[in-house]
Amino acid sequence: MESSKVIHAFYTDDEVLMDAVKAVKAEHHHIEEVFCPFPVHGLDKAMGLAPTRLAITAFFYGITGLSFAIWMTNYMMIQDWPQDIGGKPSFSWLENMPAFVPIMFELTVFFAAHLMVITFYMRSRIWPFKEAENPDPRTTDDHFLMEIPVHNNEAELTALLVKTGAVEINIVDKH
Amino acid sequence: MSHYEAPIREPLVLGDKSYHDITEDIAKPIEGAANKNWYIAFYISLAAMLWGFGCIFYTVGTGIGVWGLNKNIGWAWDITNFVWWVGIGHAGTLISAVLLLFRQKWRMAINRSAEAMTIFAVFQAGLFPIIHMGRPWNAYWVLPIPNQFGSLWVNFNSPLLWDVFAISTYLSVSLVFWWTGLLPDFAMIRDRAVKPFQKKIYSLLSFGWSGRAKDWQRFEEVSLVLAGLATPLVLSVHTIVSMDFATSINPGWHSTIFPPYFVAGAIFSGFAMVQTLLGIMRKVTNLEDYITRMHIEYMNIVIILTGGIVAVAYATEFFIAWYTGSPYENYTYLSVGAATGPYKWAFWSLITFNIITPQLLWFKKIRRSFIWTFIISIAINIGMWFERFDIIAIVLSKGHLPSTWWRFEPTFVDVGIFIGTIGFFFVLFLLYARTFPVIAQAEVKTILKSSGEFYKKRSEQGIPTKPAINIVSAEGTSDKNNKE
Repeated sequence: MESSKVIHAFYTDDEVLMDAVKAVKAEHHHIEEVFCPFPVHGLDKAMGLAPTRLAITAFFYGITGLSFAIWMTNYMMIQDWPQDIGGKPSFSWLENMPAFVPIMFELTVFFAAHLMVITFYMRSRIWPFKEAENPDPRTTDDHFLMEIPVHNNEAELTALLVKTGAVEINIVDKH
Repeated sequence: MSHYEAPIREPLVLGDKSYHDITEDIAKPIEGAANKNWYIAFYISLAAMLWGFGCIFYTVGTGIGVWGLNKNIGWAWDITNFVWWVGIGHAGTLISAVLLLFRQKWRMAINRSAEAMTIFAVFQAGLFPIIHMGRPWNAYWVLPIPNQFGSLWVNFNSPLLWDVFAISTYLSVSLVFWWTGLLPDFAMIRDRAVKPFQKKIYSLLSFGWSGRAKDWQRFEEVSLVLAGLATPLVLSVHTIVSMDFATSINPGWHSTIFPPYFVAGAIFSGFAMVQTLLGIMRKVTNLEDYITRMHIEYMNIVIILTGGIVAVAYATEFFIAWYTGSPYENYTYLSVGAATGPYKWAFWSLITFNIITPQLLWFKKIRRSFIWTFIISIAINIGMWFERFDIIAIVLSKGHLPSTWWRFEPTFVDVGIFIGTIGFFFVLFLLYARTFPVIAQAEVKTILKSSGEFYKKRSEQGIPTKPAINIVSAEGTSDKNNKE
């Protein structure tokens, strides 16, 4: 397959960008990507991105942490080496449970927070020594970049993007 | 997308700023050279830190006997300093998590530095229990692993072990929360860097952040969920620290009021430390347009509130100690016995610095004054240190047997380690202020149109925040492939 061409359209204002995204979508063009220097509220919906499920994963990671804490306190304090500490014998986990609430809570938070963030880093492909993939350094400062694939319709797309207020339009080969 | 905000609200970003101006302002302290004052402060802190490390090595090499502890008072300055530092470490996550859930936009100018302060303060706090073990190389024994004498496990009934879990969860989650928020700002520095070495370092620190729409969507969701998790976490940490005392059977410690009162005290002291640090930082880094008088005032209001909770708790403790009529209660840190006994100087320091001084903040002029805020914040830092010292030293100095009554006197090692942690803290903070983006610039950019002075003035005149579209001519576009 030949290397595909894309249009890089730059904007300098978040509201102009939002209108541009809506206009491009209205014309039924596919927006490959938008690079932003800061989160633009509602952009994901306008681009038609599916909602993220990271919060749901956090819930299940939290359940995992809670279960781990229950297993660990039961195994260590009740099953493996029960001790009579301060006249409070370790006959059953349920009777000793109140003393384990802090551990259960902390491990729930620990698992939910860390595993969710790791999932986020993996899904968004960010980790140490990863090379940045934003095509232009200005997109972390004050420029927004909309990337649209070209299928022999450069002229039509360029005209549309100019009309929406793009400050710079480049056609580049994407490898 | 609406950028409307009621005109009655004061602007959060002063001056006629564009998105690019924010980038410039935040990057300037990192890209420029440090001035003389920075070096003076850095070397003083470094000297204090090295002195503290020397005292730590002396303690570990010789034994805990070099401290002023005795058979009655088995922990004193070390645990005082531990609780003090953990308390200071509470404001950061409160600002970034609780204020995020409440959608308080003013947090954005201060959350980065407050979280940095949190992390550095928790480092200092963590040092004390580890040194107090006497054999710090055995510190891993607090982890739930079988020890080498059989399968004996850690004791999950002990509040000291809850502390291990609470503090390590708090430190690691705060660190991850902080770093995730830093990624876009490191990326901004990376993309501006001209020196190759600097570019490499910030490229590494930014984890290759590219700012895709999907990344931002996930970033916002992760921030929100982390805030939701960190909010109960921050409250749990000082609750558990207070249980180190409250689950004991000592009069003065065995108190159900401790958890909420410790949490309020922690926020009180944490905000005071944020005021101390930011009061200086906004000046030396020229960020007065971002950390404004209004930010200082809002933090002072939080200080009045939490200081009020602390004052009510003191009054309750004092009243109950008197009302029981029990002679043992007269030895507690909030009692007539304490106010008139050998530790009366510590008692009255607590009352003066922690209850009386903060009341000045009821005056609007004072809570909007930078210099007054700075002085009061220092007073609160001292007062909150005395609170922990009083709880520990006064309560332990008089037991049930008068023959065991003994007072605590610190040695130069106690003092040296404490000063050392203050030095270590400032070394970390000063390095941070020179190398990290000290304001969450990506977040501040999102509120520029709603809360920036320039845009607020314009919207009062009815000018929309969206600029008029300036159509570039079709010739202005370029086709890079044709040029090649």
